[in-house]
Amino acid sequence: MNAVGETTGTEQALEQAERGTSLWRDAWQRLGKNKMAVISAIILILIALASFIGPFFLKQSYETQNLQLGAVSPAARHWLGTDTLGRDLFVRILYGGRVSMSVGFCATAVALTIGVFYGAISGFFGGKIDILMMRIVDIIFALPFTVFVILLMVFFGRKFVLLFVAIGAVQWLTTARIVRGQVLSLRRQEFIEAAEALGLSKPRIIIRHMIPNALGPIVVYATLTVPAVMLLEAFLSFLGLGVQPPMSSWGVLIKEGAEVMEEFPWLLIFPGLVLAVTLFSLNFLGDGLRDALDPRASKE
Amino acid sequence: MLGFIARRLLQMVPVLFIIATITFFMIRVAPGGPFDTERNTTPEIQKSLDRYYGFNLPIYRQYLRWLGNALHGDLGPSYRYANRTVNELIAESFPISAELAFWSLLIALALGLTAGIIASLRPNSATDYIASSFAMLGISVPNFVLGPLLVLIFALKLNWLHVSGWENPIDRILPSLTLGALYAAYIARLTRGGMLEILSQDFIRTARAKGASNLRVILKHALRGGLLPVVNYLGPTAAALVTGSFAVETIFQIPGLGRNFVNAAFNRDYTMVLGAVLFYAGFIVLFNLIVDVVLVWMDPKQKFE
Repeated sequence: MNAVGETTGTEQALEQAERGTSLWRDAWQRLGKNKMAVISAIILILIALASFIGPFFLKQSYETQNLQLGAVSPAARHWLGTDTLGRDLFVRILYGGRVSMSVGFCATAVALTIGVFYGAISGFFGGKIDILMMRIVDIIFALPFTVFVILLMVFFGRKFVLLFVAIGAVQWLTTARIVRGQVLSLRRQEFIEAAEALGLSKPRIIIRHMIPNALGPIVVYATLTVPAVMLLEAFLSFLGLGVQPPMSSWGVLIKEGAEVMEEFPWLLIFPGLVLAVTLFSLNFLGDGLRDALDPRASKE
Repeated sequence: MLGFIARRLLQMVPVLFIIATITFFMIRVAPGGPFDTERNTTPEIQKSLDRYYGFNLPIYRQYLRWLGNALHGDLGPSYRYANRTVNELIAESFPISAELAFWSLLIALALGLTAGIIASLRPNSATDYIASSFAMLGISVPNFVLGPLLVLIFALKLNWLHVSGWENPIDRILPSLTLGALYAAYIARLTRGGMLEILSQDFIRTARAKGASNLRVILKHALRGGLLPVVNYLGPTAAALVTGSFAVETIFQIPGLGRNFVNAAFNRDYTMVLGAVLFYAGFIVLFNLIVDVVLVWMDPKQKFE
């Protein structure tokens, strides 16, 4: 009995050791212990819920005008005040959040996926492939973005999807260069040589070993890409690609608010505050993720 | 290393050629022409304009003509500014943009590196949160807000500085701060991340165990690897900076290359767009080359291939 019990015990231990805890499960647990990251995640979820579900409970729409009212400062009737057309700013911020949040996160996800794989492949294979792939990046970097956006509109009309295409087309480039730099430095490390010596396939080495080890800088750069994308959206909307009035986004609201900041400061302050809170939360969540994903961080 | 640099400079030739070709046809496909806004052009004037600028030729002939001149360093006449060549316009506005870029980068590096390193020394402490929040401020306040805000405070209310312009040395302060703040934030974030990655590695522990002081560990051992992402980020960023920022140059009425370039794209000033793109492309290739050389120097395990 005793012997049998011992074997099963050892077998269990062996099995457990073999399975271990995966990178992701490990990271998930560590993230849960980071208070700042958890609070940030909750704030982000609340803002997203308010933007996507909140408007269903409101009587006013983002385009309800009240020209006689004009721009009034925050009061009980209009929590965050109204703009020059008498539209409720609170409602407009909620609707704007739909655009900014979806553009910010989806476009970043697309740009990041392209950039990470492109950069990892380029850095890992090196030599002629690397030269060719990086020169392509140089070329795309240099092409005039404004002209590209104008052409997109000419050929495909003012479609909202094009916003993602335009943003995706430029935002992956720096990510690719950063990931490539990281992979180049990883490639010479012992554990990659070990993986190669073990005969692992190249795609497997890239996906299982290269990218996870470069995740730190990737996550940090991702949290920087989201605000860049949200503000780029404001520029593209100005060019005519993106949201059109009366619809709005945080970037557009801030841009409009900046023009009247002396007379109606609340039109700049509140959209700016919402953007800032979102970006701060995102940033601390990103830091938490980076810490959690660091393979060398101590396991407590 | 010299061979590596020489090979990369050679690669510049096809890269610039491809960029020039794509841009040439891209801007021609876009609707509108450089003289659309001139209402008073009679058919005769239009005809002579077309002949003068070669618009009557088939497009491939126009392309070859432009390319031939560009090879000799002649980027052609501007379509927007009569009697001005693109070479002149770039020569005039580039030094201004480059100076603005220099001050902005200096501010960005000084603030960004300091904030990033301080944040990385005690991760998740109060100091880290303060330094990181400081950096996030630069990202959360876009330059089309920060610029007017600084003008409002320092020029209109306090009356210390001018609202706009580029004549006096003190005119550099507000635009450089406005432009530098964003990049300072990026650099701070990337530095923090990169440093944390390095500070947990074994060789740092070894250096510490051997009794090296904290400062020495950071300067001699950690910075080299920790700044890898920053250096990679700086290549394209510096190229974009020296060729001008449209937003900041517009806010402060600075006659720089960035404003020239975007206006040229809107006005379909074909030759100006092409000239500016080629100029910018040259910097991209050059700065990315410098970055790749610095990367090898920073990481002794890498070699020039």
